Amino acid sequence: MITLAHYIVLGAILFCISVAGIFINRKNVVVLLMAIELMLLAVNMNFVAFSRFLGDPSGQVFVFFILTVAAAETAIGLAILVVLFRNRSTINVAEIDSMKG
Amino acid sequence: MITPKLILIVIALAPLFGAIVAGLFGSRVGRAGAHSVTIAGVGVSFLLSCYVLYQLATGGWGVFNENLYTWFQVGPLSANVGFLVDRLTAVMMVVVTSVSLLVHVYTIGYMAEDPGYQRFFSYISLFTFSMLMLVMSNNFMQLFFGWEAVGLVSYLLIGFWFKRPSAIFANMKAFIVNRVGDFGFLLGIAAVLYWFGSLDYTQVFNAAPTTLPGKSLELIAGHPWAAATVIGVLLFIGAMGKSAQVPLHVWLPDSMEGPTPISALIHAATMVTAGIFMVARMSPLYELSDAALSFVMVIGATTALFTGLIGIVQNDVKRVVAYSTLSQLGYMTVALGVSAYSAAIFHLMTHAFFKALLFLGAGSVIIAMHHEQDMRHMGGLKKYLPITFATAWIGTLALTGFPGFSGFFSKDAIIEAAHESHRWGSGYAYFCVLVGVFVTALYSFRLIYLTYHGKERFVVEDKHHGHGHDAHHGDAHDDHHGHHEPGHLEHAPHEPGWVVWLPLVLLAIPSIVAGWWIGPMVYGDFFAGAIANVHPAGAEAAHGAHEWHGPLAMLVHGLTAAPFWFAVAGFATATYVYLFNPSIADKAAKAFAPLYRLLQNKYGIDDLYFAIFARGGVGLGRGLWRGGDVAVIDDGIVNGSASLVARVAATVRRVQSGYLYHYAFAMIVGLIVLLGGFWLAAR
Repeated sequence: MITLAHYIVLGAILFCISVAGIFINRKNVVVLLMAIELMLLAVNMNFVAFSRFLGDPSGQVFVFFILTVAAAETAIGLAILVVLFRNRSTINVAEIDSMKG
Repeated sequence: MITPKLILIVIALAPLFGAIVAGLFGSRVGRAGAHSVTIAGVGVSFLLSCYVLYQLATGGWGVFNENLYTWFQVGPLSANVGFLVDRLTAVMMVVVTSVSLLVHVYTIGYMAEDPGYQRFFSYISLFTFSMLMLVMSNNFMQLFFGWEAVGLVSYLLIGFWFKRPSAIFANMKAFIVNRVGDFGFLLGIAAVLYWFGSLDYTQVFNAAPTTLPGKSLELIAGHPWAAATVIGVLLFIGAMGKSAQVPLHVWLPDSMEGPTPISALIHAATMVTAGIFMVARMSPLYELSDAALSFVMVIGATTALFTGLIGIVQNDVKRVVAYSTLSQLGYMTVALGVSAYSAAIFHLMTHAFFKALLFLGAGSVIIAMHHEQDMRHMGGLKKYLPITFATAWIGTLALTGFPGFSGFFSKDAIIEAAHESHRWGSGYAYFCVLVGVFVTALYSFRLIYLTYHGKERFVVEDKHHGHGHDAHHGDAHDDHHGHHEPGHLEHAPHEPGWVVWLPLVLLAIPSIVAGWWIGPMVYGDFFAGAIANVHPAGAEAAHGAHEWHGPLAMLVHGLTAAPFWFAVAGFATATYVYLFNPSIADKAAKAFAPLYRLLQNKYGIDDLYFAIFARGGVGLGRGLWRGGDVAVIDDGIVNGSASLVARVAATVRRVQSGYLYHYAFAMIVGLIVLLGGFWLAAR
């Protein structure tokens, strides 16, 4: 029997993987974008699970919105990435530290 | 309509007018204008003062006591400007204005080449005004105003040659030592206000016999002091500062850094007698406290003897006279202490004349010697300065109490009063004033012999240069004589112009004759009503009334009395040592080396004050500067807070690495902490 807990744990695992991807990844901005996508998916998983559990479809409607926004965000993120590569000739995260104080 | 009030206002304000014109418009009126206007102002004051004294002495006027102007009024206390003019005031007014007038004239010669000529005249006129306000006052507030104003002018004049470091040191010292005395004086005035609720002389004196007895103040817990004693001692502390009594006497010898005319006017004849005058004026209060009078007497006796001793070892011609002044002020204070107030005022008057004479004579010598003040480089000046020489002898005879001269009468009256007093400490006082006569004679004749007699101990480099160089005699400060060796003169000394010797001659006259008024002033009732010498406790003062047979009888009696023989002994010693056998002085100095050193060091009082108060003050200041200002405020509060911010920022800045994942990590951690907090709180 698959319960609500299983879905929430799955969402949490996905979230943790994405967080780890953001922290541990020092190489590639593309991986960073992927980790953010994964984080959104983890949230989506929770939305869907609770929507089903509570019998309220509005959670699933939100998931569609999030997927749409995530797609747009990825497009923009990749576009920024291209511009960044043109300017800095790198997408290595460890080298992008111009926000330093 | 010429009323007494108008005359008194003119007396007080004429010198002030001169001072303002000479001081503020000095460059416009020029040198001649400055001395003309100030001499005119003081001259008017002098003539009117004489008129006032004449009117009061002959009974033409009653006592004038009136408030002229209310300065401010706070509740029941009103600060008035007013005059109380009785015979005591009138005598002081005549003394002040006459000496001041002569010093004004003398200054024309002494300061002839000084660039601060107008400023000097302005100051001495301002001094005359301040002193007149002091003596004419009818309340404590105005007395204090005059008291501080003369102190201020004294400060300005001691430091007149403000480019000399020694003058600045001396005027600082005078001001600070006087501040100590003035603090006591102010407390005394506060005590008067506290117990009487009024600062008006008449009200206070009338209320004193009923208000003060029985009242006391616990300055130290468990030891109540009688109110009259507290007031008397506190006011006298002020007098100790102004009249340079031990232990606040240290400023007076140093004040000789000022030009000689002011040494004569302020630091010998008038200002330093303000304390004596004040105590005499307060005599109704002092009569209520034997303890305060004993205190006054002991201080005065100590001053009279021990400062005189220092005078014996001084070599600076002005300093000898300065120590003599201290000693004579001690005599006056002793007279106050034995309730012989009129004798004190009488000695004040005669002393003003002969001490001003001696100082101006010393100034004349200093001019002639091109500002050489060391007696070791003088000697034999009598043939160069005949008038100064003659007047100096007159002044010295008066000072040492030669029978017939003014000092004889006034000093004998004091010694007699000390002898007959039964107050606590009068034995000591009598001893001091009696030995003081010997000491006075010794240093006075030493001064005369070293300066005017004996061999010439200076070298005249160019005798043919001769006269006609008065032009640069009067200027001391720009040191164009400075390249000379001590004791080497450009040309022979000669008598300065008439403006210098005329005041000497005019002062010599009262130095001789002033004593003959002793009958009414000391033994008569001249000061009745002005001074409490008719009070039962002041019987000592009136002691002579039953045996008073006129000045001539006193003269004859004086020839057989102890003081005269003490004076003769001093004269003989000085004559033998300094006129015939000068080597004895050096031998004596060697034989009594410790004593000699003690006197040279002025009993170490100056050094002690310097070590404790001056060094202590500087040390305290440096400590507060280093500890308080630099350490706490600069390094601690101002720079400390800045560097703390910088250091915190330097640490915190490392957190801002610029790496996205660090920020994200911080956000996650923050989120976890926040949610954890909520979770914990909700549980």
